[in-house]
Amino acid sequence: MKALNMIPLFVIVPLAAAFLNSLFGRYMRRFAEVMTVVSSGLMLGLSVYARILLESAPDKILVYKLGGWAPPFGICMVLDGFSGLMLVVVNLVAFFVAVYSVGYMEKYTDKPKFFILFSLMVCGMNGVAMTGDMFNLFVFLEVASVASYALVAFGTGEEELEASFKYAVMGSVASSFIFMGIALLYSFTSTLNMADMARVLSYRHSVWVVPFAGVLFLAGFSLKAALIPFHAWLPDAHSSAPASISAMLSGVLIKTLGIYSLTRILFNVIGAGQGYLKALMFFGVISIIIAGMLALRQSDFKRLLAYSSISQIGYIILGISLGTPLGVFGGLFHLFNHSVMKSLLFLNAGAMDYSTGTRDLKEAGGLDKLMPLTSKTNLIASMSISGIPPFSGFFSKLIIIAACVQSGHFGYALCAIIGSVFTLSALMKARKLAFLGEIKDRMRGVKDASFTMKISMVCLAVMCAAGGLMLLPPFRFFIETASGVLLKGTSYANIVMKAVLR
Amino acid sequence: MTGNYSREDMSLVVKTASRLTAGIILIFGLHIILHGHLAPGGGFAGGVIIALAFVNLLIAFGKETRLSRISENVASKLETVGAVMFLAVALLGFFGGTFFMNVMTKGEAFNLFSAGTIPLSNISIGLKVGVGLFAIFLALVILERSRK
Amino acid sequence: MTLYFLCFILFSIGLYGVLRKRNIVKIIMGIAIMSYSVNLFFVLLGYKFRGRAPIDAHDQGIVNMVDPIPQALVMTSIVIGLAVMALLIAISIRLYEKYGTLDITKIRRLKG
Repeated sequence: MKALNMIPLFVIVPLAAAFLNSLFGRYMRRFAEVMTVVSSGLMLGLSVYARILLESAPDKILVYKLGGWAPPFGICMVLDGFSGLMLVVVNLVAFFVAVYSVGYMEKYTDKPKFFILFSLMVCGMNGVAMTGDMFNLFVFLEVASVASYALVAFGTGEEELEASFKYAVMGSVASSFIFMGIALLYSFTSTLNMADMARVLSYRHSVWVVPFAGVLFLAGFSLKAALIPFHAWLPDAHSSAPASISAMLSGVLIKTLGIYSLTRILFNVIGAGQGYLKALMFFGVISIIIAGMLALRQSDFKRLLAYSSISQIGYIILGISLGTPLGVFGGLFHLFNHSVMKSLLFLNAGAMDYSTGTRDLKEAGGLDKLMPLTSKTNLIASMSISGIPPFSGFFSKLIIIAACVQSGHFGYALCAIIGSVFTLSALMKARKLAFLGEIKDRMRGVKDASFTMKISMVCLAVMCAAGGLMLLPPFRFFIETASGVLLKGTSYANIVMKAVLR
Repeated sequence: MTGNYSREDMSLVVKTASRLTAGIILIFGLHIILHGHLAPGGGFAGGVIIALAFVNLLIAFGKETRLSRISENVASKLETVGAVMFLAVALLGFFGGTFFMNVMTKGEAFNLFSAGTIPLSNISIGLKVGVGLFAIFLALVILERSRK
Repeated sequence: MTLYFLCFILFSIGLYGVLRKRNIVKIIMGIAIMSYSVNLFFVLLGYKFRGRAPIDAHDQGIVNMVDPIPQALVMTSIVIGLAVMALLIAISIRLYEKYGTLDITKIRRLKG
């Protein structure tokens, strides 16, 4: 099969899996789980294969025209370095979380519906990563968002419903902002295709329409990415959701819907001026510091991890908005690392919740002896996310700090280092309270997690430890192509339009 | 039979009117779906009108009598059939050329049987939206009251 | 131009509803008003001076039509708004059952 024809499969296969699940999920017992695991495994293999095939394509870009209609009249799907990176990240985390959910969702009722919504969310995220059309981006963004609103409320307990309501209201407000921005850009450029829009915007300058649309996008996508001061929904939603959904939300959803869309539109369509980049750098740095401090006083394990997520997203935004090659490389590398690390941490918290029935750190204790595998993977993930060599997190944070120093922002580099200290102390607090120490009385009969949960945690831990190998020359192309796409800026549109004609 | 609150039924006028007009509303919705490529409307608008025919009956007669002949399970299955039909129409294009391509003959303009696969898409979307909206309404209405 | 300003005013009315009202149903109505105002704004953007409806007919040619693309996009956006609204209402019904109140200041079990 040609590489070009594989592109729509990323949207078709999860969608078909969701619909077939919905038809047959109630009749055969294990149908939903097997179908979802098989489809996400297929997607993982396909995304790695497509990324490798991309290296041999001319200009390293593949454009698929939906329905045979050529842009700017039709919708196109673009597979380039950045999309390829996001696809691999999304499908990797989705596969391991699907395997984990086979064991974890035993505690909830109505498992087939969970896997239907899960497949729909993966389909939406794949669509966001692949599309080359502004309104198509909005549609897939909404598909993934609505599926995630429903998934956060899946347990229908009191806390889950309250968290889901807050998340849904804030997410809808952000989507309205984004839609208004798209409407304004369409009125100015009279086209919806991203590459065509970039071309029109490069020779037509506007006084207030495009900056207004840019600010609307900044507000809307920052809320989806949970930067401070738009973060208020994240701690509630990520702590009340089932653990596999917390891992998906924190690991890939806020990165695809927030960071990928924001940087794609800001760098490749509107053109990143210094105003936007300075604002994003500021948001990133205050996210690192404030969320790091807020994580220290939490006693709920998942809430602590949620605040730590906001802090790490601040790192990614700081790295990308520096605008220098080293900065963008560091930011994207940290995006890849953080997806793996944070998913592993949330899966650990889920294993603790599954076995002991509580998420409160003050009630747990001494789990190191009762759940050895969970404890060891937790150690690997904590060390990696705090930036301790030789795990992967160390390299990405080092590159970001070096890039800050290189462009002269010494204060920001100092804040990044302080944030790393906060992260280390918050995760060490969690580890000390939950895993080390004396075994409390009510924890006596606790067993370790079930088989599928253990497999996915081990695989993610291996990738966490080996993530530093991404910097070696055979693998460096993976992230270097992605950062190259962003750094070309609006002239990237010419490459896309040339590829369309092929 | 009245549940835990006493409420008057809808009056006889409402019941008779909704029973008589349900068929007309259904046919009108079908007309809008089928002529989606010639006149404004299409799958979604026609689907909403079809759903409203059933919702009318449900509101007039109350949820206990279940005059509408579609229960929740049937509604859920039909909705998925509509979705699968839509994906099948899109996949027809995928195997014939590109995804979503129009692979059937496009007849002369302004005929009913023209414009390739667009009427098929309209019909499947109409089925899905119609039954889906009714299923949403059923789910909101026939909610079991949990103990507090 | 005044039409666009009125759309923005409608948008800010919806935003005010989301931010300041305490009843859950009024917050949901605020979100609905916001999405309808953005849809209206988008459709109004396509207006051409003295254009007619973008429907092709036997005798009239394809001249002097208003822009049909915003109309197609707004159709999709209305469907998306419907789905979000249905989900929000379902969540709020369940919230009322669990908490016994529709006042958002009393539904504050998650803190910190």
